[in-house]
Amino acid sequence: MTFAYAPALESRAVVDIAPAYGLFIDGEFREAADGKVFTSISPSSEEVLCEVAHGGSKDIDTAVRAARRAYSTWSALPGAERGKYLFRIARIIQERSRELAVLESLDNGKPIRESRDVDLPLVAAHFFYYAGWADKLSYAGWGPDPKPLGVAGQVIPWNFPLLMLAWKIAPALACGNTVVLKPAETTPLSALFFADICRQAALPKGVVNILTGDGSTGAELVAHPGIDKVAFTGSTEVGKAIARTVAGTGKKLTLELGGKAANIVFDDAPVDQAVEGIVGGIFFNQGHVCCAGSRLLVQESVADEVLDALKRRMGTLRVGNPLDKNTDIGAINSAEQLARITALAADGEAEGAERWAPACQLPSTGFWFAPTLFTGVTQAHRIAREEIFGPVLSVLTFRTPDEAVQKANNTPYGLSAGVWTEKGSRILWMADKLRAGVVWANTFNKFDPASPFGGFKESGFGREGGRHGLEAYLNV
Amino acid sequence: MARRYARQYAPLVTMPTVPAHAPQAAERLASMADLTASDAALRRFLHGLPGVDTVGLEGRAAMLGTRSIKTTAKAYAIDLAISMIDLTTLEGADTPGKVRALCAKGIRPDPSDRTAPHTAAICVYPDMVKTAKEALAGTGMHVASVATAFPAGRTSLEVKLADTADAVAAGADEVDMVIDRGAFLSGRYLQVFEEIKAVKQACGRADGTPAHLKVILENGELSTYDNIRRCSWLAMLAGADFIKTSTGKVATGATAPNTLLMLEAVRDFRAATGVQVGVKPAGGIRKSKEALAYLVMVNETLSDEWLSPEWFRFGASSLLDDLLMQRQKMCSGRYSGPDYVTVD
Repeated sequence: MTFAYAPALESRAVVDIAPAYGLFIDGEFREAADGKVFTSISPSSEEVLCEVAHGGSKDIDTAVRAARRAYSTWSALPGAERGKYLFRIARIIQERSRELAVLESLDNGKPIRESRDVDLPLVAAHFFYYAGWADKLSYAGWGPDPKPLGVAGQVIPWNFPLLMLAWKIAPALACGNTVVLKPAETTPLSALFFADICRQAALPKGVVNILTGDGSTGAELVAHPGIDKVAFTGSTEVGKAIARTVAGTGKKLTLELGGKAANIVFDDAPVDQAVEGIVGGIFFNQGHVCCAGSRLLVQESVADEVLDALKRRMGTLRVGNPLDKNTDIGAINSAEQLARITALAADGEAEGAERWAPACQLPSTGFWFAPTLFTGVTQAHRIAREEIFGPVLSVLTFRTPDEAVQKANNTPYGLSAGVWTEKGSRILWMADKLRAGVVWANTFNKFDPASPFGGFKESGFGREGGRHGLEAYLNV
Repeated sequence: MARRYARQYAPLVTMPTVPAHAPQAAERLASMADLTASDAALRRFLHGLPGVDTVGLEGRAAMLGTRSIKTTAKAYAIDLAISMIDLTTLEGADTPGKVRALCAKGIRPDPSDRTAPHTAAICVYPDMVKTAKEALAGTGMHVASVATAFPAGRTSLEVKLADTADAVAAGADEVDMVIDRGAFLSGRYLQVFEEIKAVKQACGRADGTPAHLKVILENGELSTYDNIRRCSWLAMLAGADFIKTSTGKVATGATAPNTLLMLEAVRDFRAATGVQVGVKPAGGIRKSKEALAYLVMVNETLSDEWLSPEWFRFGASSLLDDLLMQRQKMCSGRYSGPDYVTVD
């Protein structure tokens, strides 16, 4: 007899999704000026969750004006007062965390274990952290009385909908800015619930405005002349387009873009923990992570040993219903993303890399991709160079530390890297040589609001999180 | 590890799995004698094992602790856990009456429900083995006896061997020995190794069959995870049938991370040698929820090949009562209370 886990479903009843949502402008929900709507579906079942208003030019204009009006009073509030609102928001997020976690798993497809144990605790932590900075900006190292920028236009991706919102809104508000935020087209719901939290916290009208829509809404928002600051997290391609739009306008810009991180395993690594780190590095959030460790660089002398252990571990990953508390890997966020992952994986095979995936049964509806690894990959393969943004790991080998650094840095990206070795001096040497914004040693994908995050090269510029994250929202 | 080792001992890994107590296991271990030929060789091997990252190990154990075991899975796991218990009394105040009562409870844990399985064994001090053996006659349950000057082990080898032989002669089916932690911590690995081998020898019965040997590492005193991994390998190389976390007599008993680490060690040992060794966490496991989390660790680290009393045990006394209360709740839909499980 085998120990089969019975379904352990988190209750959907804790979240009440309305049939339709409007745009959140000036403290109230309203329909789009032209009445356009789109639907948001659950990627694990393809079920329509609700209708959402599609913001257009007129709505953007209204929202930016509302944010501008609110700016004059919000920025004039004492820091301690702004901090109070942020603390209040953080506490409400904690109180409503179960509801928000279920909502996030429904709309995004990520497993409830991750939305419950990673996303929501970090969202609350981020608001708590920046709430603390609101009345201490004079001590942040940006002069005795640093000033906010004005109205921030923020565009966020679908991989961590609420967490990316927290990364954008918390520092902006702490510094005294007001915001117009556009959530991703496929995951608008948690941002709309956040709008409700702003009302619950009695945040002054117009300080936070949420405009749902597609890519065109985002493009018009960042181009709007009433915006003083643009912050974007998403693909490098869109990031470049935004940089072109913003160039010469005087708007301050931060970009957090793609990545193709190397997870480097030396022969003296703690093997079992390294395997956990590799699995967490690439299969966390279905690999929809810009800092995912999508290239495994393993020292040739231990490659077989590490790969055996990795395959054995991948065989225990549980793919399926995101609301089951025992699910490790949920649904791919959209049909479009699934098509991209499928195409890149097919390319990997066509280019001669060896494909392997554990036997696992995928649900018949929704968007799914089995955890996959490619061996025999070289720097010349497309799957070693392009960001796949899915549960696909490319395995490369190296012989010496110099070669590891050379291969790790040989990418247009530079967001993160991982080093696995029991030798402390080698960790320091590697961290010094790797051109990546974050270098994790003997761990991977660990986040904390006090730690700055951001990229080198085509992974973007500017830092989010920590004291460094304040600079993006201060006129310094 | 398996690979690193297999390169050295390629012919071994193609052999089928044998239990550590089978005669073929002894032959395989004998063929690896060069690893234990000298203190230096043994040290080289043990220190060549991959290191353990504390944060990563504890993180993995904590993650497995979040698995949600419900309904049918819970019913299955509770019965499995009951059947894996070494129901234990190791007190200075133990009497034949107390031991007989414990045996009765082990045989029929829930008097109100005969479908509840019996425990795996009753674990006592050597002088109580005879009483326990008589009380368990005909049930198929084992008597386990601690030996080798349990729990400190601070006596001469001769006394430890006599202690072991005494327990086996009295009818013990299993012997739970303690290692010399002092020798291990001062780096005298070969001494620890030879001592385990000698005790294994002393486990032989008159009819030639051996009592099974569980080797207690006392993780709380070994203190570091690297030490626990090295000591696990040392014990398995010396012929342990089971490796056991703790005596239950020091502050730190079994924990999820130190048990997970030992599960990884038996997994790697089997991959390298084809010899299968069991694991017994003991000390401090009191709640059903904890027991279920241990079974999840076994399931996801070793697969169901280890999910039986032959390969996994809980050393516990009060755990049984909580499992029974959960079992009654699963059947009746309501919680009973301590008055509805028997006092042992």
